[in-house]
Amino acid sequence: MKASEVAELLNEPACAHNKKEKSGCARPKPGASAGGCAFDGAQIALLPIADVAHIVHGPIACAGNSWNNRGTRSSGPTLYKIGMTTDLTEQDVIMGRGEKRLFHSIKQAIDNYNPAAVFIYNTCVTALIGDDVDATCKAATERWGVPVVPVDAAGFYGTKNLGNRIGGEAMFKYVIGTREPDPVPSEVVRDYAERGICIHDINLIGEYNIVGEFWHVAPLFDELGLRILCTLSGDARFHEVQAMHRAQANMVVCAKALLNVARKLEDNFGIPYFEGSFYGIEDTSRALRDFARLLNDPDLTVRTEALIAREEARVHELLEPWRARLSGKRVLLNTGGVKSWSVVSALQDLGMDVVATGTGKSTEEDKARIRELMGEDAKMLKGEGARELLDTCYELGADIMIAGGRSLYTALKARMPFLDSNQEREFAYAGYTGMVELARQIALSLESPVWAQVRADAPWASQKRVTGVAHCALEPEDVTDEEGDKAPEPVILTADFLPPFAVGA
Amino acid sequence: MPEIIKRSKALSVNPLKTSAPTGASLAFLGVRRCMPMLHGALGCTAFAKVFFVRHFREPIPLQTTAMDQASTVLGADDNVIQGLATLCAKSKPDMIGLPTTGLSETQGTDIHGLVTRFRSEYPQYAHIAVVPVNTPDYTGCLESGYADAVKAMIDVLVPESRELEKRADQVNILAGASLTPGDIEALREMAADFGLSAIILPDIGDSMDGHLIEDDFNPLTVGGTPVEDIARMGDSVATLTIGRSLWPAAELLERRTGAPDFRFDSLLGLEAVDAFVMALSEISGKPVSARLERQRAQLQDAMVDTHFMMGFARVGMAADPDLLLALSRLVRSMGGEVVAAVAPARGPALAHVAADEVHLGDLEDLETLCGERKAELIIGSSHAVPAAQRLGIPILRAGFPLYDQVGGFQRTWVGYRGTRQALFDLANLRLEHHAQHHELTPYHSRFRQADTAGVATFAASGTFH
Repeated sequence: MKASEVAELLNEPACAHNKKEKSGCARPKPGASAGGCAFDGAQIALLPIADVAHIVHGPIACAGNSWNNRGTRSSGPTLYKIGMTTDLTEQDVIMGRGEKRLFHSIKQAIDNYNPAAVFIYNTCVTALIGDDVDATCKAATERWGVPVVPVDAAGFYGTKNLGNRIGGEAMFKYVIGTREPDPVPSEVVRDYAERGICIHDINLIGEYNIVGEFWHVAPLFDELGLRILCTLSGDARFHEVQAMHRAQANMVVCAKALLNVARKLEDNFGIPYFEGSFYGIEDTSRALRDFARLLNDPDLTVRTEALIAREEARVHELLEPWRARLSGKRVLLNTGGVKSWSVVSALQDLGMDVVATGTGKSTEEDKARIRELMGEDAKMLKGEGARELLDTCYELGADIMIAGGRSLYTALKARMPFLDSNQEREFAYAGYTGMVELARQIALSLESPVWAQVRADAPWASQKRVTGVAHCALEPEDVTDEEGDKAPEPVILTADFLPPFAVGA
Repeated sequence: MPEIIKRSKALSVNPLKTSAPTGASLAFLGVRRCMPMLHGALGCTAFAKVFFVRHFREPIPLQTTAMDQASTVLGADDNVIQGLATLCAKSKPDMIGLPTTGLSETQGTDIHGLVTRFRSEYPQYAHIAVVPVNTPDYTGCLESGYADAVKAMIDVLVPESRELEKRADQVNILAGASLTPGDIEALREMAADFGLSAIILPDIGDSMDGHLIEDDFNPLTVGGTPVEDIARMGDSVATLTIGRSLWPAAELLERRTGAPDFRFDSLLGLEAVDAFVMALSEISGKPVSARLERQRAQLQDAMVDTHFMMGFARVGMAADPDLLLALSRLVRSMGGEVVAAVAPARGPALAHVAADEVHLGDLEDLETLCGERKAELIIGSSHAVPAAQRLGIPILRAGFPLYDQVGGFQRTWVGYRGTRQALFDLANLRLEHHAQHHELTPYHSRFRQADTAGVATFAASGTFH
């Protein structure tokens, strides 16, 4: 990819970050950087497309350390879980045999796995030695009649965010608009017609169906007569991505990085979009309302309001016992972007006190929302390191930290309750139903009896631990004699005093 | 000697291989107050970090020189200098491990020259050890990268000490990539049984064993071989090396220190452990303790008990060469047969694997071979679990990565006790599988009256097979 193309991707007019000098794409500092590369981002954006063979073109590191490590779920094909890489050898690199190996690899994947399409992820080494991946994909498509899509995502192009955009860009350039959507099955049309419901086609962009959590929400869309043409990319199929251009409205879910796809769909096909999230009651309801608004269907609006009222009442009842347990507990939230406020409102729904939230990837709009929810003096974290994060927890008296998997073991080592909010998480938190799971998991960690046990000193230790959460109610009480400082009398063994267990003396 | 069959496919499917820089990072994680920094793009580090976090369930210190488009095209030398200076200033480590990657090697980095440049530009950090190692992703695998890093540490940190007087109660142990934190602990205990104090390099038993520390946070490794101990390896009376991949490192250490050198393929299985125990006895001049005698007798008893399940067992396995050698010998020593052996890359141990063939390949190859040859059991990492499920046979988890169960990272395989537990676990997998799948189909004689009573109760209870 040329530097000019990278620059173009970095300049996303629809992204609120564009207006500030600090974009999500600042240069990383050697020796003080964390986070994934552009290849990582491209793979996150596209790997959930379940019936595609995803081939990583490069030496082993890129695929070897990352295959089958995502929590995304498919309701059908599992091809996306098969790790595929050209695993280049030194000879391939020196002799320039990469393209040839790639060409044969594509054939092998098609022959053995019958994919709907093949995606080729270009990586650092192959980009550096100049393998012509575009030409190889073109030749392979012609030769074998299966779409082969290049995703030029060498890690050194930039950060994970840029990689997301590269993935989206590849879909827009090569896939979207290459097929018409299938007609709605006639019996479904009849059923909805009988009930007087007009079916609308929509897309979700940037929803990855982590641990299948979107299945909490999907039935609501069916009920409202909103057909999801495609989710980019959770539980998606290749032919669904091809038909995305026919939707009537798009939602960008919790991801600034794929805004480029939504914007181009608007510019080129006139599809309106909005940004939203399915985390928390308020956000889920807002997302459904936004669809009704964009689709401009008065009947849909009425039915949406009825569904929201029903679901909110249902989930409020389910949350009642949890609210009693969690109310007043203090949370330190450290997630990026839209989640920085969407999860805040979810936690406030539970009566919890959010003492700080991460704004590392948030826009000015996001921050305005945070202030609205948490007050003017809301504490915002800007991508602090582990040390600062823990200190902030102590300072603000947080009872639990909610953050990405990267902070998981940092928190646990500090004997701090934790909830994983990122894509490595193991529980489904989306939608109304997901809120109940969220409450359950927060309570599970927060109320766990292990904290008292791991914060207490060993019975033989004389010195008190200096670390730990000072304010915490779970901190074991100081072991002092009730009568004061007086130490118990030592038992002195003398010749005429023998303990009861001494025998034969 | 097995026939080694080369990779014949263009595409690697369900990779078995883990990259060499990841292996080098693992070796560096076994040094106290260390920070490994990969010279490559952000992802080289991020992926390796996630890989280890999932395996060990620990925070993993790992940094990056963060090569971007400009530094990839125009030169990334300054990234290395800047990265080293930043780490020294910020984290004050005792050591920085500096593996290269496919990206920086393709660019043609002179990593050793860069360390020399760093030394002259930043003399204030002279007390912080920096160990560079060349580990391009397109060569070798986890085991070879690990071995290269161990050799590099010896090269940088162990002074010429052939003439030095040796301490009779101190030995060096070079611990190969196939050993777990639990294995390292077992090694240390065995040496202590002979009154020997061991400098173990690298000591992931001390750093990656998963323990809560007094401090709530530490940006560096929280345990491992102290750098000053590595420098003292010349005082040791002998060196014991586990794993053929480390033999070049052992040779270098022998040349530097003159300490006699005892080498072992593995410490799994009766004979392998016996050889190690004999060496410890010889070095220390002490007899084998009653404790070890007892453990040996317990292993022998377990061997007798489990030979029914392990005899004729058809086992498929996939692992890096040293581990493949150890596991294949264990299976063969119990009367089982290794019907499929797959390694991700070449290594000195492959020529000695106890199988007719060793395939250089991936987990798709393992699955195909196990299917064709009717394997009854698989030994492999968590990545091999779906293959075992598709084949409908049990799996014993070993190697890297182990992410679908808790605690696999610390399992003790070596020594009499570790071997005994491995045999029990293998035998139990066989028993359970046999009970579920290999009962004879009942024969119903036409002369017998059909059952009426009792049948429904049995079916409903669901507990009988």
